[in-house]
Amino acid sequence: MKVGLFIPCYINAVYPEVGRASYELLRKVGCEVEYPLDQTCCGQPMANAGFEKDAKALAERMDALFAKYDYVVGPSASCVVFVREGYPRLLDNYKEHACVDARIWEICEFLHDVVKPARLDARFPHRVSLHNSCHGVRKMDLSSPSEMNVPLHSKLRDLLALVEGVEVAEPERRDECCGFGGMFSVEENAVSVAMGRAKVQRHIATGAEYITGADSSCLMHMQGIIDREKLPVKTLHIVEILNSKL
Amino acid sequence: MSTHSKAAKRFVADAERMAWHDKALYAVREKRDRMMMTVPEWEGLRRLSSEIKRHTLSRLGHYLCEFERNATANGMVVHWAKDAAEMNATVWELVREHGGTNLIKSKSMLSEECGLTPYLEERGVDAVESDLGERIMQLLHRPPSHIVLPAIAVRREEVGTLFEREMHTEPGNSDPTYLTHAARKALRPKFLDADISMTGVNFAVASTGALAVCTNEGNADLGTSFADLHIAIMGIEKVIPDMAALAVFTRLLARSGTGQPVTSYTSLYRRPAPGKQIHVILVDNGRSEWLADAAHRNMLKCLRCGACLNTCPVYRRSGGSTYSYFIPGPLGINLGMLRSPKLYHGNVSACSLCYSCSDVCPAQIDLGEQIYMWRQQLDGLHLADPVKKLSVKGMDFIMGGRRRFYGGIALARAAEKLPRFVLENGLNPWSAPGRAMPPFAPKTFNGWWKKTKKDE
Repeated sequence: MKVGLFIPCYINAVYPEVGRASYELLRKVGCEVEYPLDQTCCGQPMANAGFEKDAKALAERMDALFAKYDYVVGPSASCVVFVREGYPRLLDNYKEHACVDARIWEICEFLHDVVKPARLDARFPHRVSLHNSCHGVRKMDLSSPSEMNVPLHSKLRDLLALVEGVEVAEPERRDECCGFGGMFSVEENAVSVAMGRAKVQRHIATGAEYITGADSSCLMHMQGIIDREKLPVKTLHIVEILNSKL
Repeated sequence: MSTHSKAAKRFVADAERMAWHDKALYAVREKRDRMMMTVPEWEGLRRLSSEIKRHTLSRLGHYLCEFERNATANGMVVHWAKDAAEMNATVWELVREHGGTNLIKSKSMLSEECGLTPYLEERGVDAVESDLGERIMQLLHRPPSHIVLPAIAVRREEVGTLFEREMHTEPGNSDPTYLTHAARKALRPKFLDADISMTGVNFAVASTGALAVCTNEGNADLGTSFADLHIAIMGIEKVIPDMAALAVFTRLLARSGTGQPVTSYTSLYRRPAPGKQIHVILVDNGRSEWLADAAHRNMLKCLRCGACLNTCPVYRRSGGSTYSYFIPGPLGINLGMLRSPKLYHGNVSACSLCYSCSDVCPAQIDLGEQIYMWRQQLDGLHLADPVKKLSVKGMDFIMGGRRRFYGGIALARAAEKLPRFVLENGLNPWSAPGRAMPPFAPKTFNGWWKKTKKDE
């Protein structure tokens, strides 16, 4: 299976180890992975701030860079959601089922729904608290939203079940927003930090050593609060756990 | 900084109060969740409700005329008002014709929307709010901060002090039961002596010409039982086709709003009692225009249950008074923008795009998606924040090419070497008090990839 690896801009610059783990993980489950060097940003930050039109050139760029891949896979639920929902509005000559939005996957849903590995040969002997990010839950169905009367499921939990030794907890208010929200975290920073603090405290209350999830942006926001307050917990992208060594 | 962001900063500063406000409202959300889980067909009901509303809105004129015909045949009098001024004038005319200055009101968001109470007060009419929360806000001279729980941001100690002043209750006694009894005692003569009663309308049933009014305190029922003139005011979107549709909405309304299986009182007014009158005023006040707006017409499906407020993590942590429109939360952000983008665009920032509101809405209104759309529309309306616009242009430039992107990262890395006081000041908005900047990695993923591939 040939995969084009999509590494969001801030992961490239701030969390390269998440990119590395994604690459290794995809290789481990048998994918042939290529990384188009010219990628920068999907355009989500501009769009959330109210300037979706300004993301047009970036959308065209992404679409062209990944044109030759059947699967485009990236370790960020919210970026992938933006490509899926925003690009049909942005791309010139948009054709349904023919552009990058139809072929892009968040890495956990790709593993869960497409690759379906029977084992991962990973071991992570720690207690982790699952961060169910808003776009992952409500726009991508990585897990069932708490607002809806639908059968409970969690693709993240299913994948973590393949990891030896990991103990998975979930915070109270399991899918309440952590307060990142892109430009929201800047424009409404008082509320954003208040939301983040409450979220981190609920993660800590589970007794977990790590907060893990499929969105580095939420983790980055919460890590900022953890660092400032010197709190006894760390954030870790889920791919780093799925890619941990035996 | 937006108007909401500025006001919210003050609300957040009182951490204890914020935590209490958040907890009180999340408890309502949890009650709603428990109630929702007892109805296996819940998601089907939401879909049905949304579809009934869509159907009705697409034939609004038809159903309004059917309602008018049937209500008139039942002996009610139906009036039409194109805007707030016309509604208020109609009410005033009815009051004058009838005589009397004592008016007892049950809660109505339309009345707030049209400024009816102050309008009547200016004309010497004592319009008394009879919903307890709404009455507390009236006595405090403050607007409601929630559409279903108007006094949710007021602590019981504050109510105790207020009642001590207004109703001479025992000093220092803020026991909720005691205070409720005091309010009941003080309100009773207002009910008995009322010349006129006024209610909002939750649903107007076209096929029978009946009005459904839902309350938990029975205050609408008590009000309309004594006075011999009942004035009911409703937005034109409140009409529904028939009783079968009503059954769908009554199953959703209280479960979504307060987590009750049904409102304590769900009363249907069909014809006036002998010797009494019911006048219904159908109010447009912008709704026809909203109906023509394909991107935002879904807002007219709203049942006014308040579930989107209770679930909104931003509303719970900033309170109703931080929004410049009289309705706060996801609902208010959207309705305010429909009313006047110029006046109310300062609320559009109050959303982290978590979309919980869209999932909780019993009419499946895409509230979060519409806030996203409004953000996109601001620039075209010349209301975009110039600082934000500039930073987006900057981002766009940096992201526009590989060399610029990696040049930008190198610059940012160099900037990190600056002393802490330079980075963590008011000019660097990411660095809010309480959140540290993420450090850039010594090597990008790109750099690692190139090295790895070369070594292979």
